Formats: sequence, C-alpha cells, structure tokens
Amino acid sequence: MNITEKQKEGATILVLEGSIDSKTTAEVQSKVLEVALATEKLILVFSDVTFVSSAGLRLLLMVYRQLSSKNGKVILVDVSEEIRDIMAMTGFIHFFELCETIEQALKSA
Amino acid sequence: MPNIDTRIDYYPTHEHSGIRYRRGHAMPFGATMVPNGVNFSVYSSAATSCTLVLFEKGAEEPFAEIPFPESFIIGNVFCMIVFDLDYENLEYGYRMNGPYEPEKGHRFKKDIILSDPYAKSINGRDEWLAPVNLSKKYPFRSRLVFEDFDWENDQALDIPIEELVIYEMHVRGFTRHPSSGSKYKGTFAAMREKIPYLKELGVNCVELMPIWEFDEYEHSKENGQSGELLVNYWGYSTLNFFSPKAGYAASGKYGMQVDEFKTLIKELHKNGIEVILDVVFNHTAEGDHQGPTISFKGIDNKAYYMLTPDGYYFNFSGTGNTLNCNHPVVRNMVLDCLRYWASEYHIDGFRFDLAAILGRAQDGSPLSNPPLLESLAFDPVLAKCKLIAEAWDAGGLYQVGSFPSYGRWAEWNGKYRDAIRKFLKGDAGMLSEVSQRIQGSPDMYWVRGATASINFITCHDGFSLYDLFSYNEKHNEDNGEENRDGASDNNSWNCGHEGETDQEHIVQLRRKLMKNATAILMVSRGVPMIHMGDEVAHTKKGNNNTYCHDNELNWLNWDDLERNADIYRFVKGMIGLRKAHPVLRDRYHYHGQDVAGTGCADISFHGVKPWNADWSSCSRILVFLLDGRQFNDHRKNNELLYVVLNMYWEAVYFELPKLDEQKKWHVSVNTDMPSPEDIHEYGQEPEIEDQSRFLAGARSVVILTGK
Repeated sequence: MNITEKQKEGATILVLEGSIDSKTTAEVQSKVLEVALATEKLILVFSDVTFVSSAGLRLLLMVYRQLSSKNGKVILVDVSEEIRDIMAMTGFIHFFELCETIEQALKSA
Repeated sequence: MPNIDTRIDYYPTHEHSGIRYRRGHAMPFGATMVPNGVNFSVYSSAATSCTLVLFEKGAEEPFAEIPFPESFIIGNVFCMIVFDLDYENLEYGYRMNGPYEPEKGHRFKKDIILSDPYAKSINGRDEWLAPVNLSKKYPFRSRLVFEDFDWENDQALDIPIEELVIYEMHVRGFTRHPSSGSKYKGTFAAMREKIPYLKELGVNCVELMPIWEFDEYEHSKENGQSGELLVNYWGYSTLNFFSPKAGYAASGKYGMQVDEFKTLIKELHKNGIEVILDVVFNHTAEGDHQGPTISFKGIDNKAYYMLTPDGYYFNFSGTGNTLNCNHPVVRNMVLDCLRYWASEYHIDGFRFDLAAILGRAQDGSPLSNPPLLESLAFDPVLAKCKLIAEAWDAGGLYQVGSFPSYGRWAEWNGKYRDAIRKFLKGDAGMLSEVSQRIQGSPDMYWVRGATASINFITCHDGFSLYDLFSYNEKHNEDNGEENRDGASDNNSWNCGHEGETDQEHIVQLRRKLMKNATAILMVSRGVPMIHMGDEVAHTKKGNNNTYCHDNELNWLNWDDLERNADIYRFVKGMIGLRKAHPVLRDRYHYHGQDVAGTGCADISFHGVKPWNADWSSCSRILVFLLDGRQFNDHRKNNELLYVVLNMYWEAVYFELPKLDEQKKWHVSVNTDMPSPEDIHEYGQEPEIEDQSRFLAGARSVVILTGK
C-alpha cells in the first residue's frame, strides 16, 4: 500500500495505491486517521485502488464518522466501477460523496 | 489508560509449525475475533480428540492443522485462541476423532473436515449456481465475519401482530426475472431497490423463505424432458443456522453477504416493514445414513439428530433426518441462533418450518410441555419477536389449534386455508366453519385470541392464487417425479377448463374469484398473509410444488404488474380497506354483543334479509355486519361494514339493514364489477341509490360501508 499526501485549497488529498483489505488496513488506518484528525476536508483518490474488502469498507466508515463528528467531510475520487458496485451492494455507498475528479471534489462545498 | 481490548492473558503459550496459540474460552461457541487472534470453541460430547484445520481462502490444502491439547478441553468443549490470523482470508474447520458405531449413534470420521455449527458464514456456494468442483476437499468451509455494522438509529418496529399484513416471498424469485430491471438480479441488494413496490402495495412485513446457507445443488438433477437443471430452489435444507445465504447476495463472491443483508433489513425498517425469517430447524442438509457428513453428523451425531434405537435417522421431516431439538445442547443452539438473528440482524420474527417437530421428545414422541417451545416463548431477547409455527410435520403430527403456545405462538392456520378454498369454489355446508374462520377462528383459538391465527389462502407450498382457480389437478411433471410429489388435495377449481383458455367468461370468473379470495382474507380477523406474485396473478402453470425450479414458475414477472393491473389494484385496495377499518384488526375475537349500546353487536350475521341468516347446509351465502362503534378506545369510529359473501352461482338481491338517519350505505367493494368499479378507496366510496337493497352478482363479494 502506497499513500501520498498533498494539500490543496484547504483540503487534504491522499492518493491511495493498492488493495485496502485486512492485510493493509492497519497501515492505511494509522495514516488516514492521523490526517483525518488534522483536516476538515479529506479527499481520498481511488484511481489506483484495486480492491476494498469488508475490513477496508469499515475503515472508510470510521474515517467518515471521524470527520462528520466535527462537521468535516470525506470525498472519494475516481472510484472504479467494481468498487462502486461493492459499496452499492453492501450499502456503504450511502455514507460517502463520490466525485469523478479531484477538481470536482475541491469545488464540492 | 490501558486499551480495554488488551488482556494480560492474550499471549501465546504454544507453537505448532510457526502458528502460535494458547488455551481459549469455552464460550461463546464458534470462532470469535479477539485482540490479535481468534477464539475457536466447539462442543462434542463423544469425540476423543479434535484438530483445528486452517486454510487460506480458496486453497486446496490447509496451511495448518493444530490438534487441541488435552489441557484445552473444558468439559466437552474444545477451545483454543490462535494468534495472528488474517480474519478475511481464513477458512477453518475441525477434524473429530471418535468411535464409528452407528448402532450406538456415533459416526465419527476423522478424515473428514467438518464445518463449525456456530460458523457465522459458510463459503462454497458464494454465487448462485456457479460451477462447483464436486471433488473439492472440505466444500462448505466455515468463515469469520465482521459483526460490527452501522445500524444508525434502527430499532425494532414492534408493530402489533394484529396490524401486520404479511408478504411471504422468495428473495431470489422477487427480482430474478429479467423484467425486474435490477442490476443485481435475484439478490438482497435488488430487493432493497424494490422496497417502494412493497410499500405501495401496503404490506408491512416480509416473510423471507429460507435465507440461511443451503446448497442449491443438493439433490439437483436434470429434468428429463427439458434438460433443465432442477435444483434446491426454495432452500428448505439448512447447512448452517447462523449464516446468511451468500448466493442471495450480489456481494457474496466478495464475502460481504452479512453487510448486504443487514443493509436490506435496515432499509426495510426505515420504510416501516418488518422482517420475519422462515427458519428450518427440523432437519439439516446431511440427510440420512447415506447422506454426506458436513458438520453435525461428524461432530456429535447422537446429540444433534433423533435416532432410532438401532442408530438410524428418524424422518419426521420427510427429508432424511430430524434435528434433535429437545436435546439440551441442541435446544441451546436453537436459542443462541435465534437470539443472534434477533439481536445482530434486527430480525422481527420467525416462522418455524414443520414446527411440530420442535415439540417432539428425543425418541420422537410428542411432548405436552416441550422445553424448546417454552424457552423460546419466554426468552428475554426474543420477547418482542413474532413466533409463528407451521404446526404440523411430515411424521403425521398435526397441531393446528393445539400447538403449545404459551400465549406467544401464532400458527399458520391450515384450516383457514382449506375452509375458505372450499367456500370460494362453492362447496355446500361450509357456512358454519367459514363464519368461525373469518372471526379469527374462535373455535380453535378461543383462549389465545385472533392473533394466534395467521390466515392465508395460498403460500409458497401449493397452487398460486391464479392456479387455484385455473386447475383442478396438480401438474408437477416438470419436477421429474411423474407427478407423484405435491399435495393432491388442493380444493381448487378450474372454472370449467383445465389451464389456460381464451374463453372470456372463464377468464373473467377466475379474476373475480381471485378478488373474492383477497377480499375474504382481508376482512378476516387474525393476521393475513399473501404470497409473492398473487397480487399480480402469477401462474406456476398448475405446478403446486415448485421447490426445484429456478425459472419463471417461481420468478415474479414484473410485466404482470401491467398485464394484471386490475388484480394488483384490487389487492392494494383491499389492504387499504383493512387498514382503514380497525374493526377488522382487533387482537381479540368478536364478542358478539352490543357493548356500546348501538343497537347491534360488534358482529352479527344476516342473509338475503337482514337479521335472518340462513345456516342451512345448502346455503352458500354468508353475510355479516361489523360495527366500528363497539370499541371504547381510539379505534372507535362511526362506521359499519356490511360484508356479503355470495359464493352462490347466481346473483341475489340483498335487503340492507336500516341505518341511523344520518348514515347511508356506500359501496367499498363489488367484485362483480369491472375495474375500477370493483373497489373504491376509503373516503371515495359512492353512495348507493337504493338504500333498501343491493344486487350481489353470482360468486361475488360486496362490502358496503355505512357512514
């Protein structure tokens, strides 16, 4: 799992690469939750995320809860159709805002 | 502050080929995630030793086999914590060693890897009818699931049972048909998309045919005529009592069926719809002595199954074996299981398949005070759950009306179904019984009240409503058993032609009879249940036992909604009428007295002349007046219902009872009229011109509202 961090227009952008599953959640969790504490708007770029497992979905939900508890928001960008399908089937998708591009995510209030 | 998840005793004490482990906890049974590891716990009263077998997901060979040391056995429970396992990619099972002495009830086979009776997920059938490797070692593998779920504010709806309108349905059949338009056809996710349909129809409870893991390939075979594969479509054959059927989840191939099903339940609850599960505790998928050893049989055969004195399987279920429900250990498993579904899945109630078996002793004899049924009735976790019995079994025990209820259990009222069917087709001599059935069967449930009676005319088992009036005989040839299977006594009537016909008078009569059936069901006290598809006149082409068909016989055809729009409109309208009139839904029986001093009782019977009922055996006309003023609480209203059930084959004029001066009779229902004049929405009922009499057409139901 590779994670790179950028700051842009008051938002924190994390570009994730690889599979978010039980093997990687611990690593992703420590990074993402650390960032989530320090930002109001978190943009997670999924262009190179290959899979999100049950454990991965739970991690995303924790991030969502963390940010929404302080009126922040989390936006997922460029999520593949397969992952969107998984999120739709299991209902996790209702918690998240999804955007096609980082620019759209930045514009989203 | 120390993390509450850490414990001073969660460190490994043993190691076996690189796997670290320690003695575990006996409770709870099953595999439970604990900090850094998994606690495995399994019971067997007769095994001499046990080995935990661990696989990487999908691997043919296990990556570890760890024998339970003697010191890891507490009582008859083998327990072990294994550290550093990957929860998501783990499959596990057990090997049990012990005697193979069938005549003494023991059938241990140490070479077979056994599935955990308390597993929360079973894989092997992750996608419906996906090709399987039948020679695979350990085909039904136990898995762990994440049990955390964000239920948001969901809580039990707690709808009083008398307020329910139950919709019995098959998850796959609901959306599998191409006409459903769903992306994930035949799944929990697709059902979620269709909740607006259920809501519009007006039902407030879905009863799901088995959704516990089963093997759709069990006893599968080719249909000799069409070459089509016949499968275990209905799913009345449980592999595991704690696992939802992965093949019913679009996400089953990713192992996410638990989340998908919970999301469905959460959404149903948001829309005011309760969820009842049809649960099969009477037998398992392991069959008789010739059947496969999957789990229970190899773990503790003698405890889990009812055995004959020489060690064979009692077959009260008609499917090979009988679960030993009143063995204390099995009883606890059933309780654990139902508590799990009620608390972790927010399930609102359970309908028990062949429930008479749950009241049999270990030797098969019926018990007068069955401990399992009593435990369920008084269980603290299940206290608000609806408990519904199919109060008979395949061993000849028929307990409709006498099922041990402890004031809690309701029953599928098979006598309601039979009597109403006979009445609908015009049988003579039915009035006395039908008058009881429409009152919530006080002759059967005078102590228990009307809510003991789940009223139904059709269910998954038997003809669909359309077929009930289109076929005299069952046509089950496609089941591959030369039409021997399925009930022969259907009380059906083909209206003059067996099967499909273009003869307009027959087509119209069938539609009218379907409406009559729906009307009678919805004006009966007790709890009405309709079966999926009957609201749009679904046909199973005369097959009254479609357990094996994964095809249009069982799939709801959404185009029928347009084709049979009048039937759908009528069913919806009748549900609406029931909801509009509290007098139809009281939890008690009618008392037959004028408590409020209105001049008439809460129910009174009439004939072609008011106050003059004809109870003779040749009469086919039942007329009753219901008085909504007889309540003394918020349900009290100022309306009367005059219900005319004319099952006679000619039209008859009915004199109407006189109303108070300010009231007039209005037509709510007249099944003799074409749609949309057959039913009028509450508040839109037209006043009738002649307030002294009304013509009820041949074989028709008329409901007048006096207001």
